[in-house]
Amino acid sequence: MNFNFLEFEQPIAELESKIKELQHVGDDVDLNIADEVARLREKSRSLTESIYSNLTPWQVVQVARHPQRPYSKDYIERIFTDWDELHGDRHFGDDKAIISGIARLNGKPVAVIGEEKGRSVNEKVARNFGMPKPEGYRKALRIMQMAERFKLPVLTLIDTPGAYPGIDSEERGISEAIAQNLAVMSRLRTPIICTVIGEGSSGGALAIGVGDQLNMLQYSTYFVISPEGCANIIWKTVEKAPLAAEAMGVTSSVLEELGIVDETIPEPLGGAHRDPDAMAARLKERLGDQLERLTSTPIDELLEKRYQRLMSYGNIAS
Amino acid sequence: MSWLEKIVPSVIRTERRAGASKVPEGVWKKCVKCDAMLYRPELERNLDVCPKCDHHMRIGARRRLDIFLDEDGREELATDVVPVDRLKFKDVKKYKDRLTQAQKATGEKDALIAMRGTLEGKPLVAVAFEFAFHGGSMGYVVGERFTRAARLALEERIPLVCFSATGGARMQEALISLMQMAKTSAVLEKMKMAGVPYISVMTDPVYGGVSASLALLGDINAAEPGARAGFAGPNIIEQTIRQKLPKGFQRSEFLLEHGAIDMIIHRKEMRATIARLLGKLTEAESKASDSALGI
Repeated sequence: MNFNFLEFEQPIAELESKIKELQHVGDDVDLNIADEVARLREKSRSLTESIYSNLTPWQVVQVARHPQRPYSKDYIERIFTDWDELHGDRHFGDDKAIISGIARLNGKPVAVIGEEKGRSVNEKVARNFGMPKPEGYRKALRIMQMAERFKLPVLTLIDTPGAYPGIDSEERGISEAIAQNLAVMSRLRTPIICTVIGEGSSGGALAIGVGDQLNMLQYSTYFVISPEGCANIIWKTVEKAPLAAEAMGVTSSVLEELGIVDETIPEPLGGAHRDPDAMAARLKERLGDQLERLTSTPIDELLEKRYQRLMSYGNIAS
Repeated sequence: MSWLEKIVPSVIRTERRAGASKVPEGVWKKCVKCDAMLYRPELERNLDVCPKCDHHMRIGARRRLDIFLDEDGREELATDVVPVDRLKFKDVKKYKDRLTQAQKATGEKDALIAMRGTLEGKPLVAVAFEFAFHGGSMGYVVGERFTRAARLALEERIPLVCFSATGGARMQEALISLMQMAKTSAVLEKMKMAGVPYISVMTDPVYGGVSASLALLGDINAAEPGARAGFAGPNIIEQTIRQKLPKGFQRSEFLLEHGAIDMIIHRKEMRATIARLLGKLTEAESKASDSALGI
């Protein structure tokens, strides 16, 4: 089994390894195998296309959590210039599960807040696998309030398995930290664009997810409880997570229909991790367009729209 | 064990122990904490607080509002907001059937009741969660009823008081439930900006999405003695950190100690305490409006 590929992608993995083998042979033997390689490449592409055009919600969740999927840091590097990371909540510490700072998008200053899972084992541990504690959300809030003062639009990148469930989290008021962000983001006098880039898990995602525009990358996922958690409660086994993912509607297509998500940003064939540069370029383009639209809207109108939209969540007409 | 009992963290669950169910239904009730046999009419006079050990038993939303509000001038709000199964959610059972079942069992349409009324003669809006309905979980109806109650309070500039008792967001309404957190928080922020008081009283238990939104956004946050409240349930935390939790973890006393709540209010003191608090918070405004009216 090739671990760069998910289980349902194994047929693609087999083709890809065949292509590699052939190329290897091509180096050694004086044989014209270019045609064969081209044929296999085309086959691999169409196979990927057909697999990815029919992903189940559970498969989307797996792509969203793919270990090679681009994380906030990867997008920040590719999308922005002049990046200055800003640290700490000014009360307790600096939570590395959330990256925040100020940068430029197409030359214009913006504030950026992203949940970051971390790539290497050490980094994952340092970043607590992308599970923020209260100080992470309070750092985010501090940066957002600063952005408001200096009229910087706020861009958030959502990618978390959830707010951290631990003793210290509870002691320092994780609930209050999340609640406070929801409250303040609803009226922050600057445009806010939120994008789910990977896994949007419950309150820990929503805590940086209230704004004027909610995007989801095509194979990202957003849920109120993880499919495993839901399966555990209803079927009493995580094995039923695929059913739970199906029932809850965790993909952008369902959430767009419900009027919760505004835009789905298409991913490269086979997912963002197959071509992070292309994905980042596309995201940059969409963020740029959206920002232009939002910054040209008078701020009071923008806030009224944001509020009315929050009030409409779940209404049948929406 | 039903799934509903399952979502409630194990520490909170009042599991029936073997042999403990021999109490005849009706006149007598056993205190779940101290096992004392209590005479029901006396217990009710005592507002369902155990006269022996002071344990605050869970009470339904209607009774909660009944013992809180003045007797006259009550009006229930947002009764036209009723649940709809938008996702056609189905697991081992249909969500629609679960709703019908909960409605039959509780006589309520959903897990939140909102009323306008008075407290010691002063008008206010009060809402209460019905824990017996689907674990008091917040879906569209709970979020919408809460929001409408808050908007009324905001329009009329009268205080809002919330008694929460809930396992969190309702997963059968998936992201619609999650968005109710954002919605209720947004309307509470409007109240805050407008200087209309909101008091949140947490009663056993308050967890998850409700805890991380409307329950902790009060101008004053309070809890009943011994109530358990937190973001993640104790069993989830134990599974994550693989440690036993300290005694009293996530109880009201713990919340007070860690600065999450302003005070613990005994059920018998609830009316008097909240009236006293609101009296002070609304005095400047009521004096201003009195003088504007030339009183």
